[in-house]
Amino acid sequence: MGKSRINTNLIGLEKQDYKGSPTTLCAGCGHNSISSQIITAAFELGLQPEQVIKISGIGCSSKSPAYFMNRSFAFNSVHGRMPSVASGAMLANRNLVTIGISGDGDTGSIGLGQFKHAMRRNTPMIYIVENNGVYGLTKGQFSVTADEGQNLKYYGKNDLPPLDLCLEAIVADCGFVARSFAGDPKQVRPLLKAAISYDGAALLDIISPCVAFNNTSDSTKGYDWVKEHDDPLHDITYIPIQEEVTTQYDPGDTSTVTLHDGSQILLRKLDESYDPTDKLGAIQALQSANNEESLLTGLIYYDPNRPNLIQSENLVESPLVQLTTDALRPNEESLSQIMSNL
Amino acid sequence: MVNNLKVNDINDIDVDQNINIINDFSIQVATPNGSGSQTSNLVLLRSLFKMGIPSSGKNLFPSNIQGMPTWYTIRCSQEGYVARRDSIQIMVLMNPETALQDINNIQSGGVCLYPKSAKYNFDREDITYYPMPVKRLAKESGVSSALRPYVSNMVYVGVLASVLSIDLLEIESALSWHFKGRQKLVDTNMPVIQAAFDWSRENLTKTDRFQVERTNSTDGTIMVDGNFAAALGAIYGGVTVMAWYPITPSTSLADSLTEYARLLRHDAEGHATYSIIQAEDELAAAGMIMGAGWAGARAMTATSGPGISLMSEFAGFGYYAEIPAVIWDVQRVGPSTGLPTRVSQGDLTACYWSSHGDTEHICLLPGNVAECFEFGWRAFDIAEQYQTPVFVLSDLDLGMNNWMTKPFNYPDKPMNRGKVLTADQVNENGFKRYFDLDGDGIPYRTLPGTVANGASYFTRGSGHDESAKYSEDPLDYATNMSRLRRKIDSSRETIPAPIVEHNKTASIGFVGFGSTDPAIIEARDRLAVIGVASSYLRIRALPASLTVSDFIASHERVYVVEMNIEGQLHKLIQIQSPELATKVLSLAHCDGLPLTASYIVSEILEQERGPNGKIKD
Ligand SMILES: Cc1ncc(C[n+]2csc(CCOP(=O)(O)OP(=O)(O)O)c2C)c(N)n1
Ligand code: SF4
Ligand SMILES: [Mg+2]
Repeated sequence: MGKSRINTNLIGLEKQDYKGSPTTLCAGCGHNSISSQIITAAFELGLQPEQVIKISGIGCSSKSPAYFMNRSFAFNSVHGRMPSVASGAMLANRNLVTIGISGDGDTGSIGLGQFKHAMRRNTPMIYIVENNGVYGLTKGQFSVTADEGQNLKYYGKNDLPPLDLCLEAIVADCGFVARSFAGDPKQVRPLLKAAISYDGAALLDIISPCVAFNNTSDSTKGYDWVKEHDDPLHDITYIPIQEEVTTQYDPGDTSTVTLHDGSQILLRKLDESYDPTDKLGAIQALQSANNEESLLTGLIYYDPNRPNLIQSENLVESPLVQLTTDALRPNEESLSQIMSNL
Repeated sequence: MVNNLKVNDINDIDVDQNINIINDFSIQVATPNGSGSQTSNLVLLRSLFKMGIPSSGKNLFPSNIQGMPTWYTIRCSQEGYVARRDSIQIMVLMNPETALQDINNIQSGGVCLYPKSAKYNFDREDITYYPMPVKRLAKESGVSSALRPYVSNMVYVGVLASVLSIDLLEIESALSWHFKGRQKLVDTNMPVIQAAFDWSRENLTKTDRFQVERTNSTDGTIMVDGNFAAALGAIYGGVTVMAWYPITPSTSLADSLTEYARLLRHDAEGHATYSIIQAEDELAAAGMIMGAGWAGARAMTATSGPGISLMSEFAGFGYYAEIPAVIWDVQRVGPSTGLPTRVSQGDLTACYWSSHGDTEHICLLPGNVAECFEFGWRAFDIAEQYQTPVFVLSDLDLGMNNWMTKPFNYPDKPMNRGKVLTADQVNENGFKRYFDLDGDGIPYRTLPGTVANGASYFTRGSGHDESAKYSEDPLDYATNMSRLRRKIDSSRETIPAPIVEHNKTASIGFVGFGSTDPAIIEARDRLAVIGVASSYLRIRALPASLTVSDFIASHERVYVVEMNIEGQLHKLIQIQSPELATKVLSLAHCDGLPLTASYIVSEILEQERGPNGKIKD
């Protein structure tokens, strides 16, 4: 077998096959970095692009599905309602891989209810919040994740405390809660892969700076601040199911998490005491990081044991959309029987 | 003769002659809500129906769980009329709070049953009183005090059975049917009914003239509510994803769907071929059916007015992005919370034009329970054929009350899954999502998961071109919108056609839709008797067939009957046929109660009387 010069993945596709249309977002927008990490992660995992659905709400962030994976199906829905559309699509076709893209306004304000209910139902999907602390598309209003006391050019001072979307997800019993930073591809990529391998709702709250409206040096959603205050819990390595773990790790500072599809992530602990399966510990860690003005990143909470929406609905193996008349329309005899019992 | 006619003549039963009145009266039971009278009322209704007497039952209930007044009315009509009638011949007063008003609603010559212990001071001398020993019989039944209110309601069943000669065997089998064969419950209730019956035979002297007689008029019919019918229709239509949020009067549709899908829609291993999700709200229910319909499911929701308002953004999305889904609106009285447990047809324009921007949705308008079943499955075919949300407008009266009907016909057409391309077809011919290849305005679609070069596309509510690419090009927008217009227009003569009864001698016609059908039928008969001939067209879908215009054109005047205030259908017809606008008159009425024939008759007589007091030709 001659070595091909062009890099292809497991299913024989090139990286080119995962690209999207040229972005129309601002140069330097964090959302673009996230798109390119999705492209890389999907390529490296060898996802069949047509089996991926990209669902989004409304906002600059929600536009970004146009800028990655053009061969996938997309549904750019209405403001705040990406989760319900994703839930409906997954119920219809359980074989699809759902990448949900949302913003902090789309998820934290208008869509807070749908967000939490999708977590609570454990709808199988990768739920990415491209979190910039503002409404980009409507030009710079404060969002619900904006810092208390922060000042913005047109909108003055923000008097209200922020919502922490990772906390909200944990409280809603989401079993995969991670936070990262668009400027840290090394961390975003393995988290994305792990989220894709997780068979339930996986939240990635990714700080994604808005260079147009919220990138001042004192903004906790700006590049400078995050680089200075990023406090990763661990170094993350994603190990696909096909690969063996070859390197030896000291079990004292490394833990292994096995995902639903058999792949693994290795977490080399930077914070000695952190255990991502401890729910109360995770809540506490997030709270104290917020109080200390540092940004806790990494896999914050993990629980593989909750049944997902497809399982709790007890659906047939075959996707509902592939069922034909004989499965969908009960026979004539059954109708006569019901009629005669009335 | 016509000119002297009073509304009461139409409304009331003729009790002046000294003969027995058989199978033609209304019974009303007044109870406090939540007192468990529903079983008694349904058992009475079913026994009468099973004795072959055409009957209908209507529950007039408050928005309350316990305590507020409730009235259940059973109308027996040997002629087969099932519309609501204002006048009551037999009244059962179980609610002390309303008894003194309720008694005034009994027609002269009628009957009043009440618990002996109530010690009312009634002063009407033109009705028959039957005081019932409710307390004593309930106590003697030996049931626990918690069950006593329930068995108390069985007393009036027994007394009525005796007074009207209702067959006790039918009552027993109705009880057993109602309790789904649980003998213990039958054995708790039946002895009370028997005791009340026996007491009544021994102690009451029958002085009224109402009576039932067994006939075969209900042979070959069943009795069901429209929400059950709709749910069953959806199941036979192959519904795969149902998302809903509880709201009266649509909840029982979701409940029936849950109950029957469980029986009918599992594979050999017991896995479901459907999913029913109680969503967090109607915004989410609409989003779920959009996502599911887009992915290729037969998706539906059931809601009522307030839910329709919340779903409107997605309705517009579905129209513009061309996503099939079915939205049942079991209408109640709006705007706002309105009268949440009362009937109206007030959502017609809200559904037809649901959403901001220019939309026009296909609306199906079932007029009876059989059509609730039929449209239950057909709605999916239409939604997938036209790739658009389809509204089905039922209402509280049709949906929640019991109606006689012929057994439902099994779907006579294979499922129409619309223009969906397979991977091979895409590979062979390529694919542009919004390209009008066939010239009928209906494009082709692919389903997510179709692995073929060029199969995928980007669904969006923002402007798009034929290839589903983002576009703000004025021409793209205009072309797309006019194709959508053409697409919806092309459904006009393929969706359920109007039912027309053209009376060649008539100068007036009626146009109606939905649950006003029985009142219109009865009104036409009564008008015919007094010399006013009429035609009738019942619209069963929007956009309306051009048959409607022909119908109007061939009559002098056409009355559009509907249960709302603004005359919504009337206005839609005027818009569709402006050249005929002056020939259509609005007969819109909405007070929360099902329409009566007497209302229609008196309005027609009023309007049709010329200045000389004579009916116009
Ligand atoms: C129902 C509705 N209300 C308001 C809007 C206007 N709108 C568009 S995007 C947006 C905020 C988006 O903010 P976010 O989700 O944070 O996305 P970003 O642009 O910051 O990525 C708003 C309010 C809308 N499209 N729909
Ligand atoms: S406005 Fe902000 S969020 Fe929107 S594209 Fe520009 S940088 Fe990104
Ligand atoms: Mg934002």
